[in-house]
Amino acid sequence: MSDVFLNGKFLGTTEDPKEIVEEVREGRREGKIPKEFNVRHNKDEDNIQINTDTGRVRRPLVIVEDGDPKLKDKHIEKIDEGEMGWNDLINEGIIEWIDAAEEEDLLVATTEEEVTEKHTHMEIHPASILGINASLIPFPEYNRGDRISYGAKMIGQTLGFYSANYPLRADTKSNLLAYSQTPLVTTQAEEATELNKHPAGQNVVVALLSYKGFNIEDALIMNQKSVERGFGRSYFFRTYDAEKKRYSGGQEDEIKIPEKDVRGYRSEEAYSQLAEDGIVPPEVEVEGNDVIVGKTSPLRFMGTGDFVTGIQNRRETSITVRHGEGGVADKVLLSENEDGNKLVKVTLREQRIPELGDKFATRYGQKGVLGLLEKEENLPFTKDGITPDVILNPHAIPSRQTVGQMLEVLAGKTGALEGKKVDGTAFTGKTNEDFKDKLKELGFRSDGKEVLYNGETGEKMEAEIFQGIVYYEKLEHMVSNKIHARSRGPVTLLTKQPTEGRAKEGGLRLGEMEKDCFIAHGASMTLKERFSSDEVTLPVCKKCGIIADEDEKTGKAMCPMCKESDVEEVPMSYAFKLLLDELKSMVIYPKLEVEEAV
Amino acid sequence: MDYKKMVDKLEEELPEKVRNRLKERMEEEDLNKEEAQKLIKNTKESYKKARFEAGEAFGVVAAQSISEPATQMTMRTYHVAGSAQGVEITQGLPRLIEVVDARKTIKTPSMDVYLEDDFNNEDGAKEVAKNIKETKMGDVASEDRVDLLNLSIEIDVNSKKLEGMDLDLEDVVGKLNKGRRKYEAEIEGEAIKIEPKDEDISVRELQRMKNKVMGKHLKGIKGISQAVVTEKKGSWMIQTLGTNLKKVLGVEGVDPTKTVSGDPREMQKVFGIEAYRNTILKEGHKTIKEQGLDVDIRHMMLVADMMTTDGEIKAIGRYGVAGEKGSVLARASFEVTVRHLTEASIKGETDELNSTVENVIINQTVPVGTGMYEVSYEPKK
Ligand SMILES: [Zn+2]
Repeated sequence: MSDVFLNGKFLGTTEDPKEIVEEVREGRREGKIPKEFNVRHNKDEDNIQINTDTGRVRRPLVIVEDGDPKLKDKHIEKIDEGEMGWNDLINEGIIEWIDAAEEEDLLVATTEEEVTEKHTHMEIHPASILGINASLIPFPEYNRGDRISYGAKMIGQTLGFYSANYPLRADTKSNLLAYSQTPLVTTQAEEATELNKHPAGQNVVVALLSYKGFNIEDALIMNQKSVERGFGRSYFFRTYDAEKKRYSGGQEDEIKIPEKDVRGYRSEEAYSQLAEDGIVPPEVEVEGNDVIVGKTSPLRFMGTGDFVTGIQNRRETSITVRHGEGGVADKVLLSENEDGNKLVKVTLREQRIPELGDKFATRYGQKGVLGLLEKEENLPFTKDGITPDVILNPHAIPSRQTVGQMLEVLAGKTGALEGKKVDGTAFTGKTNEDFKDKLKELGFRSDGKEVLYNGETGEKMEAEIFQGIVYYEKLEHMVSNKIHARSRGPVTLLTKQPTEGRAKEGGLRLGEMEKDCFIAHGASMTLKERFSSDEVTLPVCKKCGIIADEDEKTGKAMCPMCKESDVEEVPMSYAFKLLLDELKSMVIYPKLEVEEAV
Repeated sequence: MDYKKMVDKLEEELPEKVRNRLKERMEEEDLNKEEAQKLIKNTKESYKKARFEAGEAFGVVAAQSISEPATQMTMRTYHVAGSAQGVEITQGLPRLIEVVDARKTIKTPSMDVYLEDDFNNEDGAKEVAKNIKETKMGDVASEDRVDLLNLSIEIDVNSKKLEGMDLDLEDVVGKLNKGRRKYEAEIEGEAIKIEPKDEDISVRELQRMKNKVMGKHLKGIKGISQAVVTEKKGSWMIQTLGTNLKKVLGVEGVDPTKTVSGDPREMQKVFGIEAYRNTILKEGHKTIKEQGLDVDIRHMMLVADMMTTDGEIKAIGRYGVAGEKGSVLARASFEVTVRHLTEASIKGETDELNSTVENVIINQTVPVGTGMYEVSYEPKK
């Protein structure tokens, strides 16, 4: 007796679970029931799950019957001639979509040779077991699995040509790689996903070499000239919104250069970048904290008594460039939102030229930050005058076993010399032997190594250097997004302690464990100084031991309990004063015993 | 040169170990008087530098020295020790935590049983292991049947196993018929027949009786489920799973001067608080060392001492050392803030502000290191 569930709801029971499963599968293949039906017979729990709902991840597999794949040569011929398409294959019951649950019941062969009587399905291509990002990596079968995972994850962080209509879009945040190139060593998935039409990376000459120690710990050294020619250059766009809101009482925001009497008026200079309409015009350069849309709003808390309209009762609510960012006003968009309010969108564009600390990676999870921008004339060169664009530390290779990247160097080199793309799709059986002979034919060493000459002395280098072409990706983690320092700055209202976070110009927290380190070193005075950001000196009543109030008229401290002013000035952290207040609010009397300072 | 005389003069200044080493090196290098004196001077200076200075927060240093390597410990718990059967013992971080936490029950209690000279060989060790390991009826049974018609139980016995345990069927029946019971066991051919005294027994009860019979103790020491014999540099020992230190110490062939339990609380019960301290020290240090980490044993000593100074076991943490801190603020900032504050306010506790955490809270100098001393100057009037 098996329970049958449809989309997780109990439907009934059956004596013959096999029959139901068969019926659903047959029906789906013959087109009697929709293609979206998936069925699973869970033998452990003895139930049948039929799923037809949305949100299931499904993938296509070739149906195998009695050890014979349904996809035949004649179909492939027809596809080549354009007589047959994807939907025909599905409608004719050659390929079907399988979800994660149904896959549990199946035996899937990865290649045609593998198919036996027992198999129920076959992969369309062995590489289709990989996800989209992982299938963009050439020669993945030569790498450790974890490296492919890292590589696939980093593909998601690369900058590229993300959309052809980017000048028309108003994305809140976007990056655009200048001069993006399709990879020389590519995969079939790259073509299939059409990523080659909007690529995300550049092909560069990489030498595997230790150079002046600036590429320790996975850092890379870049050729200054390559960077000047456009390697790794990108643009960062950010769109700022300003809405002309309407409030009760017929009041509304105003988008214009604020008048001087407005509360919170900045300075005449602060608004100098704005045009007459109060909005920054395109191609004007702005910096962090500059006003880009001038705006005023009515006061928030208006008492019923002093209802006065006028400039004095408006406050400044201009849109400013984020702290630490800047750039050029790229475009200004005027529109209306769904409430009928006027909407201003200003997009800023900032050029990002690779700088020390920017993050780059290959497709094999070999990531590193820029460690040195070296002048081209100082870099090593070959007899043909080739200098590397990137110098990668050889220590990055042995512990990570990214053999695929070594193959890409060889493949990329042949590709560049022949002017042809090289296919590096997974499980196609390519080896280094495929590139050895070609390299020799093209007049290079078959092992990919080259004789290099020291760029500074002109001496021949003792070792031959492994050099070739690798596809490099620029990742979205750039120094200019993260650089942050502070000496003095804003504090939070409640605790008087420094604000947190880069956007708020915050301080860097000296945490619990860091505190322990100061103590372990015996550096008490340094510790006290570091924790003095919220220090206050408060009068404490000697008798009652609570913090005294300051009398506004006399300026003298007076104890709220005994009404006397026998106090001692005590320095303490404001956070402690808050703690005392909170204890008092819980009816705990925290009495401080103070004595005169020596 | 009379190095001995030179070194002996340093009795007040250097510990014995350092003095012996000093003498050894002097002899090895065959130093002249001037050189020897220079060496002594440098050694004295180095020794002085290596000691903690007044005001140094060695508690924090110990805490950091143990906990930083502990973050690198893998969560791997299994380890095969000795023979093919193997004894799975908790290791790494979970083990360190249960030692320092002074847990009442530990995950995998085990013992290191050392042997007296006469038994310090393979046969002797195996003999002792056989006597220590607990054997239950279920361990020697090969098959059991519940006869529903006659309302009885039949148990087939694996004779090979029985022989290995130095037992025969009569011994087994004898053990089964010991004490108060609701059945009578007897030999029937190669099997054992269990006849319930109550003739109207229900099937369910019969099943329960079968389980009870299978759990019946036949031989060995209760609580010891495994005993594995291992050899290390010609010396034989037995590692056990499960502990019963008191009983094992009485077994013939066991060296009671060396045999220890891995459960610190059991050591405390049998040998007292000093043994507890040594077990904490030994087990804590061993656990860190097994993970390939290097922590100076002195840090672990401080922990062990802190846990035992009162003569009572105190855990590191909320219910032990940290919970007994003098300062209200320090306790409140550690864990369960509200409880400490309410209790302190009910009792009217005073915080003397003479330790670390509370002074950090109110932002006063912490009485440690540079904050330990003050300079005061009174001008002459
Ligand atoms: Zn008072």
